[in-house]
Amino acid sequence: MFDNFVIPDLLPAAPEIFLATMAMAILMIDLFVKDSRRTVTFVLTQLTLLGAAAIQIYTSSGEVTYTFSNMFVDDMMADLLKLFLYMTMIVVMFYSRAYLFDRPEMNKGEYYVLALFATLGMLVMISANNFVTLYVGLELLSLSLYAMVAMNRDSLASTEAAMKYFVLGALASGMLLYGMSMLYGATGTLEITELAEVLYQGESNRTVLIFGLVFLVAGLAFKLGVVPFHMWIPDVYHGAPTPVTLLIGSAPKLAAFAIVMRLLVSGLITLAEDWQGMLIILSVLSMAVGNLAAIAQTNLKRMLAYSAISHMGFMLLGIVTGVVGGDPRYALNAYSSAMFYVIVYVLTTTAAFGMILLMARAGFEADELDDYKGLNKRSPWFAAIMLMIMFSMAGVPFFGGFFAKFSVLQAVVAAGYLWLAVVAVLFSLIGAFYYLRVVKLMYFDAPVEETPISAGLDMRILISANGLAMAGLGLFPQLIMSLCAYALLRSL
Amino acid sequence: MSNYPLLSLAIWIPIGAGLLVLMTGGDRNAPLARMLALAGAVAGFLVTVPLWLGFDVSQGGMQFVELANWIPRFNINYHLGVDGISMLFVVLNAFITIIVVAAGWEVIQNKVAQYMAAFLIMSGLMNGIFSSLDGILFYVFFEASLIPLYLIIGVWGGANRVYAAFKFFLYTLFGSLLFLLALMYLFFQSGGSFSILDWHKLPIELTPQIWVFLAFLIAFAVKVPMWPVHTWLPDAHVEAPTGGSIVLAAIGLKLGAYGFLRFSLPIAPDASQELAGFIIVLSLIAVVYIGFVALIQADMKKLVAYSSIAHMGFVTLGFFMFSALAIEGALVQMISHGFVSGAMFFCIGVMYDRVHSRQIADYGGVVNTMPKFAALFMLFTMANAGLPATSGFVGEFMVILAAVEFNFWVAVLAASSLIMGAAYSLWMYKRVIFGAVANKHVEELTDINGREFAILAVLAICTLWMGLYPQVFTEVMHASVNDLLRHVAVSKIH
Repeated sequence: MFDNFVIPDLLPAAPEIFLATMAMAILMIDLFVKDSRRTVTFVLTQLTLLGAAAIQIYTSSGEVTYTFSNMFVDDMMADLLKLFLYMTMIVVMFYSRAYLFDRPEMNKGEYYVLALFATLGMLVMISANNFVTLYVGLELLSLSLYAMVAMNRDSLASTEAAMKYFVLGALASGMLLYGMSMLYGATGTLEITELAEVLYQGESNRTVLIFGLVFLVAGLAFKLGVVPFHMWIPDVYHGAPTPVTLLIGSAPKLAAFAIVMRLLVSGLITLAEDWQGMLIILSVLSMAVGNLAAIAQTNLKRMLAYSAISHMGFMLLGIVTGVVGGDPRYALNAYSSAMFYVIVYVLTTTAAFGMILLMARAGFEADELDDYKGLNKRSPWFAAIMLMIMFSMAGVPFFGGFFAKFSVLQAVVAAGYLWLAVVAVLFSLIGAFYYLRVVKLMYFDAPVEETPISAGLDMRILISANGLAMAGLGLFPQLIMSLCAYALLRSL
Repeated sequence: MSNYPLLSLAIWIPIGAGLLVLMTGGDRNAPLARMLALAGAVAGFLVTVPLWLGFDVSQGGMQFVELANWIPRFNINYHLGVDGISMLFVVLNAFITIIVVAAGWEVIQNKVAQYMAAFLIMSGLMNGIFSSLDGILFYVFFEASLIPLYLIIGVWGGANRVYAAFKFFLYTLFGSLLFLLALMYLFFQSGGSFSILDWHKLPIELTPQIWVFLAFLIAFAVKVPMWPVHTWLPDAHVEAPTGGSIVLAAIGLKLGAYGFLRFSLPIAPDASQELAGFIIVLSLIAVVYIGFVALIQADMKKLVAYSSIAHMGFVTLGFFMFSALAIEGALVQMISHGFVSGAMFFCIGVMYDRVHSRQIADYGGVVNTMPKFAALFMLFTMANAGLPATSGFVGEFMVILAAVEFNFWVAVLAASSLIMGAAYSLWMYKRVIFGAVANKHVEELTDINGREFAILAVLAICTLWMGLYPQVFTEVMHASVNDLLRHVAVSKIH
């Protein structure tokens, strides 16, 4: 009866399997951990992430490998993104530690387990080669995040944010599914690589395809948080407890980039002209709304939420310039620029939310812009780190953000979309204003409070390293840039 | 020629010293921070001296070249070098840095380390701008130099400093972002090179040349600043601390003008010829109209700021007449303006430190209480007005002489600046220095101390030296300027 059952090659999915096992084990172990000994759970979580990263490096072959009947793919792009993902998650957990330990009501084992499941979801998204796999990964991520946003269940803002996130997220998932089913109807396959081949034959019904594509793009836009599907971003960023905001704002962007690459580039490249047109509109709108609305914010988390919208819009510029007039000559340059952009953005945004967590202490969230007044007086070093973060986000050299913007812009110029490049730089000029304002608060204004920063040494060292890494990326971007290009060259 | 990477040293010594100064921490260690800053500034200056002494004046090309891979992915190189046009600015910049550190010695008591560090880092970045031969390297230095000045204005500036700092930053960023796109366009046109020297040889059709020229123009015109995008300058100058004003006037304004010679003219020569008339008109408006604006200013710093715009109008005028005399005159004017405007701002700073007012109306009869100061201030005011035997005269005279050859009416309008300059400079001087002692504040003034005297004396020597014997400065420029003109004369259109 089991004659037809072939054990799939588990090796490409070894890190995921390890992570899933460990997550469940930690869930069990945590039952026996007293609230005061939560450090055990924390350490186990970090070891799990480290272990998964080690397995990832060890099992990486550098070749494109399919397994589970082609539902799962492991390639260089996945490897690279996953390594950055583990790294980000480890840093995120470190940043969250003090905040959670200061607030015992939130410092439950579920937090760590959910974070691991979210990580697993992202890993599956990155490696998905089938609509179903992709959807499962996405839902695993989303459901974990919905719960995490509501972790602080006594907070009205958090609960409201969780509800909003859940309703809009479910709607987006519905759209994505609807789009997928349309594509399935038109091509008869759920497998992404096969879909590309079927589309290449050009015998599918174009109306159904485009119809499905529209829904697919809308669903992706929701997950990326680009205008006009961005409504949830500011509320969720603002309402969620800061460690959760940090999680939502950082690592999932890597996964979102991956599913855009898998669905649109690997699967639907023959329809590139169509989805590029849609994404250009989304991108320009995001840069406009994100940058303009950020100016009006008084809450740093909300400001960073709008900034995230504008950054995702900017990143899309790299995706839309891959194919020009049916000529994929620019694809590698464009997509690797977008990938570099995402990586730098994640690094920067992790540092930014890390700063909020550094400043926060029991009973004080440090998420209002005015909390940063006169930071230069209180702590010149962290003011300098925050200054670097802000200038990096604004795209001013010598910080990582400049070369991220540079590489995407050159892709846009290479593809001949000069007008789009002009629009992009004009909006980044507007964006510079609100980043400068944070610097102004820290350096030009007098402090409203003199309490010294109470964060622990590990946090101080880590956030300094994070900030310096970002600055280092602005001095020597070559390595990561060429890694991105190389990974995509080996994967596409 | 020396084998040491002098240009790298000129860039990284001040930046390294700046970081070191930052490490001294709070104001408890202010004396140490000052000493370190001075040592860094002097060391930074000393490494630029061999640039001048070892400069081969017979050569028009790049000297002291350094070349290393930086970002091979986009063929961006760490490519440095100076020619007769840029070398003097590196030296001037390093020299002014010492002045600025000395100028803030006692005056700045708040966050001393950060103040000194900001100036040192900016000095290094600006040396980077003058010596970059790679478009992106230039851009990176060009934009990074905004950060320290933004902080200097915002942290140590006057009452309206926040507004001025934002205006300064956003204005300049606006210009440079379009410049960045032009660099990318040239990158793809040249088949993947960011080398400025490659771009000089790159043939481009007229229409794209004009676009490239305009993108450059926006960046550099804002920085120079040319009329009508000059409005950020008076604000920035007025609100900046004395040191900030000195650097801005002496070096900051030169960056834009330098950009014209390094980018606009050689990369888009046909567009430059085509649009020369337009630039000349803008320059003349700056010279004449801004001269009038300066005349009515009640604030001394604003007056000198407007006079800077008028003087820079002379510079851009000189560039776009395409003659060796005019370009060299403009370059001399730039260096002279570095000394003179730096000294003028320092003089105003000296009075401001004592009276805490920059209003002309608050002064009068200062000569009675500060005779030494009045004498030195007189010299710089005269230089600002372009009196013969001061450096201010040489550049203006050369440009006007070239203008006579170019077009009589242009020369007439340009020459009117000598009258305007004399009018606003001397009238201000008269109201501030002469007359009866105006009020109690003036009565209580103490004359300049040793440090202030030394700074002014050094600047005075430079001003007179350049005015009496400009040969040492111009001989450096000849070969490079002639090369540039030969290059501009050849059309890039096929």
